[in-house]
Amino acid sequence: MHELVKKLLAGDRRSAARLISIMENNAPEKEELLAQIYPFTGRAHVVGLTGSPGAGKSSLADALTREIRAEGQKVGIIAVDPTSPFTGGALLGDRIRMQEHATDPGVFIRSMGTRGSLGGLAQATRDAIRVLDAFGCQVILVETVGVGQSELDIMYHADTTLVVLTPHAGDHVQVIKAGIMEIADIFVINKADLGGVVQMATSIESMLDLSPRLNGWRPPVLSTVAHEHRGIRELWEAIKRHRACRRDNGAAREREKAHRELLDLVRRQLEELVARHLNARCGLVEQVATRQKDPYTAAREIMAGLLAVGEKAQLAKFARGKEE
Amino acid sequence: MSSRRIRVLIAKPGLDGHDRGARVIARALRDAGMEVIYTGLHQTPEQIVEAAIQEDVDVVGLSILSGAHMTLIPMVTQLLRERGAGDITVIAGGIIPEKDVKALKEGGWAKEIFTPGTPLDDIVEWIRNHVKV
Ligand code: B12
Ligand SMILES: Nc1nc2c(ncn2[C@@H]2O[C@H](COP(=O)(O)OP(=O)(O)O)[C@@H](O)[C@H]2O)c(=O)[nH]1
Ligand SMILES: [Mg+2]
Repeated sequence: MHELVKKLLAGDRRSAARLISIMENNAPEKEELLAQIYPFTGRAHVVGLTGSPGAGKSSLADALTREIRAEGQKVGIIAVDPTSPFTGGALLGDRIRMQEHATDPGVFIRSMGTRGSLGGLAQATRDAIRVLDAFGCQVILVETVGVGQSELDIMYHADTTLVVLTPHAGDHVQVIKAGIMEIADIFVINKADLGGVVQMATSIESMLDLSPRLNGWRPPVLSTVAHEHRGIRELWEAIKRHRACRRDNGAAREREKAHRELLDLVRRQLEELVARHLNARCGLVEQVATRQKDPYTAAREIMAGLLAVGEKAQLAKFARGKEE
Repeated sequence: MSSRRIRVLIAKPGLDGHDRGARVIARALRDAGMEVIYTGLHQTPEQIVEAAIQEDVDVVGLSILSGAHMTLIPMVTQLLRERGAGDITVIAGGIIPEKDVKALKEGGWAKEIFTPGTPLDDIVEWIRNHVKV
């Protein structure tokens, strides 16, 4: 076993941090290390927090951590912020709200930039969760950027997804628009001190009346004031209830998650392969661009070429197998 | 495809409330393509070192305008060493007199110190030159 993995399993924080970087950077040793870590994962309860920037996700993660730590469980937090598409840099500021736990040996906090790679974030987050899982974190809180695809992605990484809203007019529209009804296991109306909670809760509840229930779970609608720690115990209790409910059909869900990830990985590898192949056959691109060939015929030729490459590789492997 | 980024923790240790410089630096480094973790005001050396380890940063940048640099900078560097993270580069900036700059660098407590008026590009260049990616 690799030294880093040994130390990770023994609870060494530096090794945990290093391993997350390796996953994030897609370093050459990543796959080999992940293969060693994987058997030690699948134990943590992963809680996703999504919602608009400023809704209070970091503050809630901080408050929840206090609640979970009071029960003596080890907590991991992964906080994702956007990477600038122009410079590739990122300002990661979620820790500001989590300083209370900065020196608690039972808490590990990691900030990540989206790094702008399509689907890449999803994978890096998934692998970072695995590192913290093997590290022994019993609950892992994952704070998403709160916009776009990441909101949907989190549903497939998390066992329980919290949709964090604030009682402002704009959010009412957002609830309907983003298809968020399908994502949420629990609705959290944060900043309840600002008023308007009842209207907000009523509109969510009436939408829930119309939504089909999954496995008998109706998402509760809770209100909180994160920085005053109000409603946090109730929220943690609801998360635990959802966990118990999920456990009943856990195996089916694990299979669904595995299926989705495999599909994802294979698709991404194929895409890279196809892109390379297309580059090598830029003549075809030219022919389509100049109307010498239609795109369907060209696509078919490329597919045929790819499959031939695949077959040749298979045959070569087969031949090698015979020699050995 | 591998995609390594330079990661920097910008921290304000002690009771110093001057955070303009720290914010300016954080933004400049982000705009230079780095990942910057900013933890806000009033950090203890313990908090800074723990954050540096968990975030696996290449550089810890301390911003100090309170005059407490001669105690705070060595405390952070010492603690990093004790936690087995002495390989993380420590730099600092703020109101730090010339003779203290010399003492801190010669004592091995800080690799470099940037006082007011340093062009931001110089700071970005220094980090790029001293972190192997
Ligand atoms: C603005 C200011 C304030 C503002 C701060 C606003 C804020 N949120 O930041 C306010 C009015 C609140 C303030 C208050 C006080 N201030 Co004042 N303040 C200043 C002033 C005029 C400018 C500081 C500034 O923002 N500069 C702009 C930034 C961009 O520059 P910078 O921080 O120096 O950063 C540059 C470099 O130093 C370096 N750098 C800085 N940090 C880092 C970090 C890294 C990693 C790197 C690589 C580089 C780097 O790069 C930057 C760009 O070149 C200075 C005087 C001066 N000319 O510096 C006094 C000064 C810092 N203040 C001083 C004092 C005494 C105070 C008070 C104690 C006054 C009082 N008696 O109440 C209070 C204390 C507040 C507190 N809680 O700590 C003294 C400090 C004396 C000392 N250290 O010995 C100074 C030097 C004034 C003086 N000559 O007496 N202050
Ligand atoms: N009034 C009020 N402000 C809050 C509450 N929770 C968080 N905030 C503030 O809202 C701002 C954004 O919070 P943050 O947790 O960073 O939101 P995030 O962007 O979703 O992670 C901060 O200034 C918080 O102090 C709350 O319950 N009530
Ligand atoms: Mg946040």
